[in-house]
Amino acid sequence: MRTVLAFEKPIHDVEIKILELRRLQEEGGPDVSAQLAEAEEGLRRVQTGIYANLQPWDKVLMARHPDRPYTLDYIEGLTGDSFVEMHGDRCFGDDPAIVGGMAAFRKRPVMIIGHQKARDLKGRQYRNFGSARPEGYRKAIRLMKLAEKLQIPLVTFIDTPAADCSVASESRGISGAIASSMYCMSELTIPVVVVIIGEGGSGGAIGIGVGNYVMMLEHSVYSVIPPEGCAAILWKDNSLADRAAEALRLTAQDGLSLNVVDEILEEPLGGAHRDPRAMIVSTGHAIHSALDKLSKLLPSELKEQRYRKFRSMGRYAP
Amino acid sequence: MTKRPWFRKTQEDPARESRVNTAQVPTDVAAKCPNRECGQILLQKELEKDFKVCKKCGYHFRLTAQERVAQLLDESSFTPFEFDLRTDDPLNFPGYRDKLARHQQRTGMIEAVLAGRGSILGHAVAISITDYHFMAGTMNSVVGETISRTLEEAFAAGLPVVLVSGSGGGARMEESILSLMQMAKTSAAMARFHGAGLLSICLLTDSTMAGIFASWASLGDVILAEPGAVIGFTGERVAAKVQTEREPDNFRSAEFNFEHGMIDRVTPRSQLRETIGKLLSVNSLRGGVPG
Repeated sequence: MRTVLAFEKPIHDVEIKILELRRLQEEGGPDVSAQLAEAEEGLRRVQTGIYANLQPWDKVLMARHPDRPYTLDYIEGLTGDSFVEMHGDRCFGDDPAIVGGMAAFRKRPVMIIGHQKARDLKGRQYRNFGSARPEGYRKAIRLMKLAEKLQIPLVTFIDTPAADCSVASESRGISGAIASSMYCMSELTIPVVVVIIGEGGSGGAIGIGVGNYVMMLEHSVYSVIPPEGCAAILWKDNSLADRAAEALRLTAQDGLSLNVVDEILEEPLGGAHRDPRAMIVSTGHAIHSALDKLSKLLPSELKEQRYRKFRSMGRYAP
Repeated sequence: MTKRPWFRKTQEDPARESRVNTAQVPTDVAAKCPNRECGQILLQKELEKDFKVCKKCGYHFRLTAQERVAQLLDESSFTPFEFDLRTDDPLNFPGYRDKLARHQQRTGMIEAVLAGRGSILGHAVAISITDYHFMAGTMNSVVGETISRTLEEAFAAGLPVVLVSGSGGGARMEESILSLMQMAKTSAAMARFHGAGLLSICLLTDSTMAGIFASWASLGDVILAEPGAVIGFTGERVAAKVQTEREPDNFRSAEFNFEHGMIDRVTPRSQLRETIGKLLSVNSLRGGVPG
C-alpha cells in the first residue's frame, strides 16, 4: 500500500475516482469517457496546484517519503551491474547506513558514496534509518582516498535524518569522523559532485557534502537541525514543526538563493516517489553534465574551486 | 579493609543536566560552586587566583573569552584581529535580532568569538576563542568566518594556532544551513592550514558539542581538554529523544573522550599555559619556523 501524505489526499481522492471510472468502463457499463476525461484533467489541475504551492513542511514529508528512490536505487539505475560495493573502514567495522563503491557511469569510472535508507522494518534497522556511524564516515574517507589515488570522479548521494548519536558512536568518535571526512573532501583533486536526494540532516549530511558542484532534488531538504528539534527549542513544542520548517529555510529553493546549492533537479509531477525511474534518469543527466564541466578543470583547480566555494559561504555585514 | 559498595549506587543518578546548578551565578564577593555535589562557597578573590577552579572539588567555572586571554596569554600580548564582521540575520529568523542584541549587551561582545595575535611564554601564536556566554558559543557565519580568517592570518604569518572552544550548541540554529556550511568551511580552512606545516592546538572547554566538535575542534594536531568539560556530538536532551540506552556515568565528558582516544590530554587549567608553552617551545626549535 502506498503512503499518502496529508497534502496528497486531494490527489489520492481523484485518483481513486479515476480508477473506479476505468473499472466501470472495462466492465462494459454506461459510457463514462466524458467523466473520465474530466477527472483526468481535474487530476492534473489538482496536482499542479498542490505541487506549485508546497509548504516547507510538506517538502520535509516529501523528502522523508518511504517510496522515494534511495541511493542504491540511483546506483542501480545509473550504473547497472557495473557497481562493486566495498565494505568496511579497515579499523572497526562496516556501516550499512553508508554505501560506497566503484562503478562505470556512462563509460566513465566513478566512485560513489551515499547514505542508505530502507523501506521495511528489518531493513530500516539494518540501515539504522540512514543514520551513519563513525565507521560509515571512515569507510567514506577510505573510498575518497582511493578515488583520489585513481584520479576518478566522486559522486555522493545525501539522504540522512542525522548522524547516529548512540553511546557506541560517541565512543568511537562520530564527531572526529565527520570532521575528518569534510577535511578529506576539501583536499581532493578530483571532481566531486554532491546530490541531496532526500533528507540533508545536519552534520551527518555535510560530512559527505563538500563538493565542487552541489545539486538538490526539488523536494529535498537541507538544514542544521530537524524542524521538530527546532520547534522544541524555539517554542517548546514539537508540534509546531511546520512553522520551524519555514523559519529554517530548508528547501532546495532556499539552498539555491543562499548559494549553498548550485542547481535544483526538477522532480516528476507529484514528486520523485511517483516516478522513480524518471527521477533517476534525469539525475543521471545532471550528474553527467556536471562531470563533463568539472573534468575540464585541472586537479589543482578542482581543489581550489571547491575550497573557494565553501570558503565563501555564509552571510554577514558589511 | 573496607570495600566500597561498588554494586550499589550511593545516590539516585541525578539527571546530568542538574550536575551543574546554573541558578548559582557568581556574585561580586563570593560564588557558590555550581557542582551540585560540592556547593562550596568560594571568595571571588581566591577564585580568581585559582584560575576560576573550585579549590574543593576542582570544578572548572566557565571562562569568558577575555578571562581566557588573561589566563593563557602573556600579559598585554594580545591584539585582537580587526575583521569587522557583523551578524546580519540573513534568514530573518524569528527572535534572532532580539536575542543577538540581548547577548551583545550582556557580554559586551559583538559575536561569540574573540580572535587575535598574542604570545604564550614568549611564543607568538594566533588564537581564537569561542565564548559560551554568547549564545552558547554557537557557530554562525561570523564565527566560522572569524575562525577561518584566524587560520589564514596564522598561515600568512607562519604562526602556530591555538583554537579554544566553549560552544554548547554547535552550529547556530538561527542561521540554519549557513551555519552548517561553516563546518565545511572551517574544516577546509584547517586542511589548508595544515598544508603550511604549522602546528595547531585545540583546547576544548565546557562545552564543546555537535557542529563544533564535528569540525575544527576535532582537527587540531594536538587536542587538549579541561577536566569535567562537557564534550560530545549529540546533546543530552536530543539524544534522550532518540536513544533509550543507558549512558555511562562520565558520558559526554573530557574524561570519556580521553578514555576513548579522542583527545591527547585532560589538563587542569592551572597547567594549561605551561603545557601549551612546552609544545610551542619544542615546535620553535624547528628550523626556519618563526615563533
